[in-house]
Amino acid sequence: MIHAGHIYAGPIETWATILTVAATAVAGDVLTAGAMRRIGDLDRIRAKSGLGGAVRAVTSSPMFLLGVLSMAASFFSLLFTLSNVELSLAAPASASLTFLGNAFAAKIFLKENVNRRRWLAALFVCAGVFLLAK
Amino acid sequence: MLTASVGDTLLSHGMTQVGPVTLAHLGLLLHAIRNPWVITGILCLLGFFASYLTALSWADLTFVLPSTAFGYIVVAFLARFWLHEPITPYRWIGILLIVCGVGFVANGPSLTLHEPQHATEEPAPQGGGAVTGGTR
Repeated sequence: MIHAGHIYAGPIETWATILTVAATAVAGDVLTAGAMRRIGDLDRIRAKSGLGGAVRAVTSSPMFLLGVLSMAASFFSLLFTLSNVELSLAAPASASLTFLGNAFAAKIFLKENVNRRRWLAALFVCAGVFLLAK
Repeated sequence: MLTASVGDTLLSHGMTQVGPVTLAHLGLLLHAIRNPWVITGILCLLGFFASYLTALSWADLTFVLPSTAFGYIVVAFLARFWLHEPITPYRWIGILLIVCGVGFVANGPSLTLHEPQHATEEPAPQGGGAVTGGTR
């Protein structure tokens, strides 16, 4: 697609880059959430060991660091996507797919009880985010 | 959620003062991080990340993520009334859908409590071996 002198990617490359953004974002969210679950309630850790203790507990977790790495990969793949795909498609599509992907991943990897209420929430937020870019 | 929305708005306000950054003028990014609006925005986003991690330490990811989506609504209102950006009817409908989505999770429990290992041989009270705990 050619728009305002800029050549955009074809449909396969477009959706491949959008899926990459969403997949790395989901990986980042799930790894971070898993790490925080293992570390435990941060409010209690802070009350016991102070702010420094809470920061040490978080930053010494390899799972958390891997999550942050995935988030960084998602950010840079979003930048790459935005250089090839129109913003009005890339931003809402990746955000919406991330919401849905997180619901699936949380059920499978974090064993969360994703009941009908949470599925509906994910779908409503997903549709809402998509409409925000219109 | 509030820190993320305010942080994004401050960054947007700061970057409009800095001007458009292109690949040919990446040095402008260094200029941008000296802008007080951008600095305050970054501090707000750091506050968001700390609050997000704290929330994840006692609540489910599928509870925290839709809840933080409420920030999209705060951003829309800040953009409309502070930055004077137009909001299309599609966006208002999107905002309404997000409010509904947040309402669905806000009324439910925040954490899935798992049965202890020694009790897994007995049938779980609810499907999937996970018991939904009370709302904190």
